[in-house]
Amino acid sequence: MTALRQSLELGLVLCRTCGLAVSRESLRIDRRCPRCQSRIEHRTPFSTEMTLAWLIAGIVFYIPANLLPVMHTSGLLGDADSTILGGIFEFWRAGDWDIALLIFIASVAVPFTKFIAIGLLLFTVRRNSGWQQHQRTTLYRIVEFIGYWSMLDVIVVALTSALMQFQVLGTAEPRAGIAFFCAVVVVTMLSALSFDPRLIWDRPS
Amino acid sequence: MSATSVPPSHDDLPTPMVQNRRLIPRLVWVVPIAAAVIGISLLIRNWQNAGPQITITFLNGEAVQVGKTLVKYRDVTVGRVAAVGLSADHQTVVVSADLSKDAVSLLKADTQFWVVRPRIGVGSVSGLDTLLSGVYIGIKTGAATLSERHFIGLEKPPALSHGPRGRELQLHAARAGSLSVGAPVYFRQFQVGRVIDENLLPDGSTRVTVFVDAPYDGFVKPVTRFWNASGIDVRLGADGLNVQTESLAAVIAGGLAFDDGPIEALPAAAMPGEFTLYKNETEAMAPPDGDPHFVRMRFAQALRGLDVGAPVEFVGVNIGSVVAVDLGYEGQDRSFPVIVTAKLYPRRMGQAYELLAAQGKTESEETIAAFVGTLVSRGLRAQPRSASLLTGKLYIALDFLPASPRAAFDASNRPLELPTVNGSFQELEASVGRLVKKVNDLPLEQIAADLHTDLKDLHETLADLHNQVLPNAEDALSALHRTLDSADRTLDVESPLQRGLAETLSESRSTLQAVRELADYLDRHPDALVGGRRPQKMPARPATLSSEAKP
Repeated sequence: MTALRQSLELGLVLCRTCGLAVSRESLRIDRRCPRCQSRIEHRTPFSTEMTLAWLIAGIVFYIPANLLPVMHTSGLLGDADSTILGGIFEFWRAGDWDIALLIFIASVAVPFTKFIAIGLLLFTVRRNSGWQQHQRTTLYRIVEFIGYWSMLDVIVVALTSALMQFQVLGTAEPRAGIAFFCAVVVVTMLSALSFDPRLIWDRPS
Repeated sequence: MSATSVPPSHDDLPTPMVQNRRLIPRLVWVVPIAAAVIGISLLIRNWQNAGPQITITFLNGEAVQVGKTLVKYRDVTVGRVAAVGLSADHQTVVVSADLSKDAVSLLKADTQFWVVRPRIGVGSVSGLDTLLSGVYIGIKTGAATLSERHFIGLEKPPALSHGPRGRELQLHAARAGSLSVGAPVYFRQFQVGRVIDENLLPDGSTRVTVFVDAPYDGFVKPVTRFWNASGIDVRLGADGLNVQTESLAAVIAGGLAFDDGPIEALPAAAMPGEFTLYKNETEAMAPPDGDPHFVRMRFAQALRGLDVGAPVEFVGVNIGSVVAVDLGYEGQDRSFPVIVTAKLYPRRMGQAYELLAAQGKTESEETIAAFVGTLVSRGLRAQPRSASLLTGKLYIALDFLPASPRAAFDASNRPLELPTVNGSFQELEASVGRLVKKVNDLPLEQIAADLHTDLKDLHETLADLHNQVLPNAEDALSALHRTLDSADRTLDVESPLQRGLAETLSESRSTLQAVRELADYLDRHPDALVGGRRPQKMPARPATLSSEAKP
């Protein structure tokens, strides 16, 4: 499908830090860039394995992040523990569909998209699939980009807890769920980071 | 770096480096494993903390919200409503609640649940906090040993949610009066408890549940009498106006009071903690009446002023009251007798009753009827009497009237029918009527006319008296005055009459002296009467004589 040849075929490896093309032969002796002394790998070692490990950690963390309350509010109208999904439903029912949608995208849609996208990338790379290589690369870039938007929830809770301190009238405190949610975001970002997108283009020789 | 000197033919060199670096990527698996461990530990903890799920049935689910409404015990949250649904027959609301693990011990078979809503009554205000926070479900744990997961909720909160120490008592009364839940209970004007519940029993009587707080529950003894202390007791007696009340709150919200009853009047086999609630203190402190006996009386006269509840007195002692006043019809003479039904408490006859009981005359209806029969033959009659001329109220008097005509008495009648005589007030009326008639018959006008004439005569006489008699009387009086004046002068010491009188008296004294001397002389010398006076022979004697006679 493509006329481009792969670096491996040319016997070259690119330094990802300074862009120096190093002959593959020299890497057998020294795995450092002769120019910038960065570590040079033909492909990130154990990339898929690490990605998978982070991904699984992210999925595991995502369960308590949704089940546990993220915020505790107390005030004149009583005490309430709110979970992420509960909050979305509440906003939706109260008619604030835009806010509900925003929280839904940031807290549910994005993490899910990431799980599925990374899972898909891993699956196809393991299978050495040549399917939709361009789209998969785009997908990877999107995953990398949207990763930190999930921190929206964490920031909302952090701000609310910091600002809403009116003693009797109303106080908000973070709860364990938000820590798990934060862990989900961090771990999935690490997962995306440890994925080597060059693997997408590796074809069985 | 130095590797450049190594010939490229050394193929086995990278191998240990690669193995060395393999450990780090392997370490990354610690993260998901740790995540899994944390997740599982959370799950386990959650599962451990998860208490039982219970269902509570309410008549309605007003303001109960899934996930929001809490279950609280002593104002501490122990659970949360998980679901609200209808029962299969759509008659009740089934509320499911997840309780925390430490609430398991609260779930006894007799644990009570109720929805705490704002309630405002005369005696109490409760649940105001729920106005803002929304309702919650309250728990009162029970004492049963069996545990339970399905409950029937109370529609109103129990008055005592969390048992303070004390005693719960059941009071039975025909009617509860103005009592309400929360009404105070007094012991000698001290509030020692309160009413916690009121029930209408299937037989129509009321059961009032009161709670007496801990140190004071010792005052409740088997002989204790409870009475309704609601309102104000105003009594006008021989000792003046008497106003009695327990407290202002009791006046408004009603209240109860108790005190020791008469010791000798120990109630029979009452359940512990079950008491009778009397209408007032007087009734409570009265010795027990025992069972009433009903009697019927047939009066052939109007009984206006005889009310239900009017007393029935036996020889002046109140032994019962009228329970009904009905109009009867006698087919024979087409008359309308008044039929009065009364209940009598033979026990109120006191000593008489005890004596009769000792003789076995109160054992059965038959013996009582026979005894009443003998009383009737001795002249026992029922008679309506006027209790007060002012109000015209009547009472029934049972009295022995031996002069009354014989009356039939059927001992087999139930209720017993007592023979009657007409009321004394009617006789009084009749005699008053006769008196009035006599007064009417008096020739009052004639009398008045005569009296008038007499008065006129009298007037004339008086005028004559004034005109003729009085002037003469005046003259007579002045003459009398003069007479008295002259008499006064005559009797004066300096008057000639007086002086003359004094002289006369002195002379007569001398005369008398001489007469006495003569008499003396004659006494000594009786012969002198014949021979005359002798010359003095013995000078001594005449000396003494003269000395005696001279003064």
